[in-house]
Amino acid sequence: MSEKDELRELADREYEYGFVTDVESDALPPGLDETTIKEISRLKCEPEWLLEFRLKAYRHWITMTDPSWAKVKRNTIDYQQIIYYSAPKAKKSIDSLDEVDPELLETFEKLGISLDEQKRLSGVAVDAVFDSVSVVTTFSDKLADLGIIFGSFSDAVNKHPELVRKYLGSVVPYTDNFFAALNAAVFSDGSFCYIPAGVKCPMELSTYFRINAAGTGQFERTLIVAEERSTVSYLEGCTAPMRDENQLHAAVVELVALEEATIKYSTIQNWYPGDSEGVGGIYNFVTKRGMCKGDRSKISWTQVETGSAVTWKYPSCVLLGDESVGEFYSVALTNNMQQADTGTKMVHIGKRTTSTIISKGISAGRGQNTYRGLVDVKKGAEGARNFSQCDSMLLGDRCGAHTFPYIEVRNPTAKVEHEATTSKIGEDQIFYCNQRGISTEDAISMIVNGFCKEVFSELPMEFAVEAQKLLAVSLEGSVG
Amino acid sequence: MSGKKEKQMLEIKGLHASVEGTEILKGLDLEVGAGEVHAIMGPNGSGKSTLANVLAGREEYQVDSGTVKYNGLDLLELAADERACEGIFMAFQYPVSIPGISNAYFLRTALNALRRYRDESEIDAVDFLELVRSRMELVGMDQKLLQRAVNDGFSGGEKKRNEILQMAVLDPKLSILDETDSGLDIDALRVVAAGVNALRTEDRSFIIVTHYQRLLDHIVPDRVHVLSGGRIVRSGGKDLALELEKEGYSWLEADDAKAGSGA
Ligand SMILES: Nc1ncnc2c1ncn2[C@@H]1O[C@H](COP(=O)(O)OP(=O)(O)OP(=O)(O)O)[C@@H](O)[C@H]1O
Ligand SMILES: [Mg+2]
Repeated sequence: MSEKDELRELADREYEYGFVTDVESDALPPGLDETTIKEISRLKCEPEWLLEFRLKAYRHWITMTDPSWAKVKRNTIDYQQIIYYSAPKAKKSIDSLDEVDPELLETFEKLGISLDEQKRLSGVAVDAVFDSVSVVTTFSDKLADLGIIFGSFSDAVNKHPELVRKYLGSVVPYTDNFFAALNAAVFSDGSFCYIPAGVKCPMELSTYFRINAAGTGQFERTLIVAEERSTVSYLEGCTAPMRDENQLHAAVVELVALEEATIKYSTIQNWYPGDSEGVGGIYNFVTKRGMCKGDRSKISWTQVETGSAVTWKYPSCVLLGDESVGEFYSVALTNNMQQADTGTKMVHIGKRTTSTIISKGISAGRGQNTYRGLVDVKKGAEGARNFSQCDSMLLGDRCGAHTFPYIEVRNPTAKVEHEATTSKIGEDQIFYCNQRGISTEDAISMIVNGFCKEVFSELPMEFAVEAQKLLAVSLEGSVG
Repeated sequence: MSGKKEKQMLEIKGLHASVEGTEILKGLDLEVGAGEVHAIMGPNGSGKSTLANVLAGREEYQVDSGTVKYNGLDLLELAADERACEGIFMAFQYPVSIPGISNAYFLRTALNALRRYRDESEIDAVDFLELVRSRMELVGMDQKLLQRAVNDGFSGGEKKRNEILQMAVLDPKLSILDETDSGLDIDALRVVAAGVNALRTEDRSFIIVTHYQRLLDHIVPDRVHVLSGGRIVRSGGKDLALELEKEGYSWLEADDAKAGSGA
């Protein structure tokens, strides 16, 4: 009785971050052709080679068809209705927060990521992406002392063209897939990060993305290069305001780890999932790939996916160097009408390469959660090893979990292990908690957090706390 | 009713309750005074666990009529977690396991939920550990079980001890033990009984559901009731349990009509 009412009320609670900031935008009209691309490149004062890169990608993209193979249903996207460039008006470079549009700062406050606070408390350098252009970059000076480059992609194009040119598209070529091609053609901005040889980055590097201007697709491009024996931990997190039409997000993230370098890439993804009927949510089609180029290099992906109406995302590792290590830790939650099709690809090329895959899928409401993973051991990958564990948890009986582990082994010395479980939060468990004084809401979040423990423990501390809160919020009203 | 009756803890009147449309409790009356221990016995399927679950507020159990007063509150108005926060504890006949949550974490979450309800501050990790350790000693439980997932892979006896540990930590006013003695070896039985006895005070009450006299050798009840066909059909002092042990429940059928009204 009273419990049911409580659940209903929680279920009706609107998306917490569903507000819209009123910052003037400087945007191109919707639509995409070669003129649009030239205009983007001109507005961003880009060098010729980058324009060439974009145009090649565009010409390839128009030969491709919108894919529909993942286990998701969605509306078709009209690519001519999308605005491909939009920048906040205050575009001049900014040295201190005082110069930032106060309304923008307020948005960050609402998201609980006040830059001020971040600067003071956590020692996190924040490169805040607001719409498509980076507006604030903090801590760069401190990082610059160590030779670390961390800032907006556009900036890097101007200041370090040789680095960008060398690595751009080297891990995710524009021919890779439909959305990677689109991104290469129209990407607006993103982050660039370069860690010189032997340097351990002393702080977590962090970017908060946020989709804002109405009808603006976001095409971020992130490139991280870790030179020999360097180490970096990178955090990406995002929330989005409520919108009525579906918004497309097709980012590309490329990581390059040279000999004995380590890159840890953590994501919390909390985009607007749509209302309880799935209307208005974000489409998130991201291509993320890391290349363990050097021997004994390591790339570790950790992701917590709670948002978006539709998510396709397979952060992958190409294990090229001998004894290189790839890791994938994932929590994906779908509620209401959300659909997530995520997983990873581990491509073993080097000798004695190892990979670990821990995937936790949680489905509630009418959510559909699919794990799709590929472990691909090539012929030369002598002694390669993989361990995969895919666990699914169901809340209620209208949701679904699906697991598709693909394994291709071309080297007989390789060892590949796969484990999978499916569990359900039972009413008897909830009642047991209730009987000990724990509310239904707290019980669910406790059980779900316990289920995700192995993944959360991979997250940096402050992110782990955020992730737990996020799961609790995302699960509100999901049992009854 | 005889016995100490200075302060009433629980007062059940004419309780009718059903599960999935089948009536199980058919006009049950029971009064439990503060500080009293009541034993409830009765044949399998007579409604003992149903009564426990109804008191604990499990939603599948529907109350059709009757009233339950608990410390002046209308118990039936409260949700299960509120009842727990008001001091009602049920030791489950079949404790539920929760994989992925450590016993320690679970217990601390529960304790803090109760404390928040009483507007007290949350207990810190050190104080908590100290409290749990001392209570574990009381119920003779292996410290290792603290870090294991709640009841996950616990032996039958370990689960029952775990219920008593939770009771000892959460410090309820009214504890309902549903066959906590089943499946315990003699030593464990003694330990559980010692745990209950240690908690016995003037303002804590116990309802102990059991099939066997042997538990009542250790926990001496103030009253013994026989539940049959969804009603209390006979009540008496501690000797009633001995009598039942000797004679079983065959007398019930013949006695039914007479005893039903005299409970
Ligand atoms: N969830 C349920 N669904 C259907 N019937 C139920 C349910 N729970 C209890 N019952 C029925 O209600 C009756 C009383 O069950 P209850 O568990 O209360 O008996 P009990 O006195 O505790 O028995 P035991 O001594 O065996 O533990 C039984 O006939 C049982 O089958
Ligand atoms: Mg029973």
